[in-house]
Amino acid sequence: MASLRLVAIMLLVGSSAFAQTYGVGRTPSADEIRALDISIGPTGEELPLGRGTAKEGALVFRQKGCVGCHGAAGIGGGPAPALQSKQGPEVPIWERERILPLRAPFATTVWDFINRGMPLGNEGTLKPDEVYALTAYLLFLNKVIPEDEVLDKQSLPKVKMPIGDDYARLPVWKSGTPRLQGYPY
Amino acid sequence: MDSKRTNRRELLKGGAALAGGLTLGVPVHAQEHDHAIVPGNQNASPMIMGSKELIEYGQRSKYVTSVRISHGGRPSPDEFGKVMHVASPLQDSVGTITPSSLHYVATTRGSYMPDIDPKQHTLLIHGLVDRPLTFTMADLKRLPSVTRLHFIECAGNRHNGRQKNVQESHGMTSCSEWTGVLLSTLLKECGLKGSATWFVAEGAEEVKGASSMPIAKAMDDCLIAYGMNGEAVRPQNGFPLRLMAPGFEGIFHTKYLRRIKIVDRYYMNYNDYGHLDKDPKEAALAFQIGPKSVITHPSGDQRLPGKGFYEISGLAWSGGGAIRTVEVSTDGGKKWNRAEFKGTPQRMAHVRFSYPWTWDGNETEILSRCTDEIGQQQPTREQVAKYWNEPFERNYRVPGLDNSVMPWKIARDGSVTNGLA
Repeated sequence: MASLRLVAIMLLVGSSAFAQTYGVGRTPSADEIRALDISIGPTGEELPLGRGTAKEGALVFRQKGCVGCHGAAGIGGGPAPALQSKQGPEVPIWERERILPLRAPFATTVWDFINRGMPLGNEGTLKPDEVYALTAYLLFLNKVIPEDEVLDKQSLPKVKMPIGDDYARLPVWKSGTPRLQGYPY
Repeated sequence: MDSKRTNRRELLKGGAALAGGLTLGVPVHAQEHDHAIVPGNQNASPMIMGSKELIEYGQRSKYVTSVRISHGGRPSPDEFGKVMHVASPLQDSVGTITPSSLHYVATTRGSYMPDIDPKQHTLLIHGLVDRPLTFTMADLKRLPSVTRLHFIECAGNRHNGRQKNVQESHGMTSCSEWTGVLLSTLLKECGLKGSATWFVAEGAEEVKGASSMPIAKAMDDCLIAYGMNGEAVRPQNGFPLRLMAPGFEGIFHTKYLRRIKIVDRYYMNYNDYGHLDKDPKEAALAFQIGPKSVITHPSGDQRLPGKGFYEISGLAWSGGGAIRTVEVSTDGGKKWNRAEFKGTPQRMAHVRFSYPWTWDGNETEILSRCTDEIGQQQPTREQVAKYWNEPFERNYRVPGLDNSVMPWKIARDGSVTNGLA
């Protein structure tokens, strides 16, 4: 009987109906959250509407001054990393250059990176169409997608990146345990 | 009795320069000093006039010149005023806490500091929660707080044979007293959904740097810090709000924290891409920091004036918990001696250790090693190479954050140099 009551209490506590402890903080509106939520995860659920192709991206790449740091068509030579691989797909991915739009496990990572971090000095100013176009351009330069592929909210998360499944997953973290099971150091 | 009283009167006349000594009752030194150098009521040193700045915020003595330096070859600030990595002068450090002005600084790439008005700043928590919530700074300060000592260390804090001193080799770590609200307190306010397994923390700097971390860490000991060493977190360290992920690599300690999103998978966002690895051991070792210690005095670029007594002193820390033991060797690693702690070691915090040593004037090598409360030991490079069945050479690259033992060589003339050189 007592244990049944305990179960009932635990169910209550676990339910979303359970009230806040301190009642501090304000409930943001859905629009407010959407405006701030620039975390684009692998499913792409947060992606905004918009579209872009490699051809359009080539134009944006020149207009926004990307060439100045990454070189023409991202071949490098400037102060920022190269964005176009010099090697072909016959070379295993981990032996190729560490180029984001080539090595990233998800095309959403490329989109997220450009959207947050570029262009230098004007971060956060690109429009969704421009980010889609730049992503398409860089993926095309690295032979990940064909030149005419249209990237949008639906197609971007479906892009198959060359790395496939060949990268390390992090072990489950648990407080008070070694950083790597069995490792003494 | 009589002479003591006379002396006290003279000291009083001597004025402010000696006032500090009075409370400690130091007549012996003071007396010698008085008679030998300053007869009568003259002052031993020039006097500093009070100024508005000194009254309001204070500053250190002009004779104390210890400063941070650029780390890793890129100048900070650069020609545009952007800051890269800046190392803390550990060789001059005493005690456990790094002065806020000397705390190491790292940015995900050359970066300006956002100039955030705390009245406008908010923290949004959303995603897989029952109630998304926005907290103002005033909201956060209403909630139950904790105050804890924690170190932060940059993954780039690697020592090699080319570095001259401990600032170059180990200066990308610092320790402060942090005050704020436990992230678990805020997540309980929001109500975590059952599917929540990871969270993404995001800052308000130019690139809105974001990192994915396990939700277990959030519920364990993550801290939303607004206080640092008794005052507001400094702008270079994330004003007005910094996420502390104790024991994790520095990059996870998100500065200018503005948003936490609760998710059901690793998000592979901005900073996560930097952790992408082929090798599962490298990936695992690049999260939580292993046990590490270093002798800060005597250390590289310093010089022992002659044989005799020296207190060897250094810092030890671990991402796995509190430090349990530190050992010091003064003979190149043949014999290891238990060091003493200055204070009680705290979880994921620097602890100051010391070992009393009488130098015989011969060439030698001094080293330290530590063990943490979960039994992890600080290894030598040889031990790490052996564990992974890899060939060992002097600059063997330790996987994950380099926590290997650091040797300092002492020459017959007392000069101290990098033992890896």
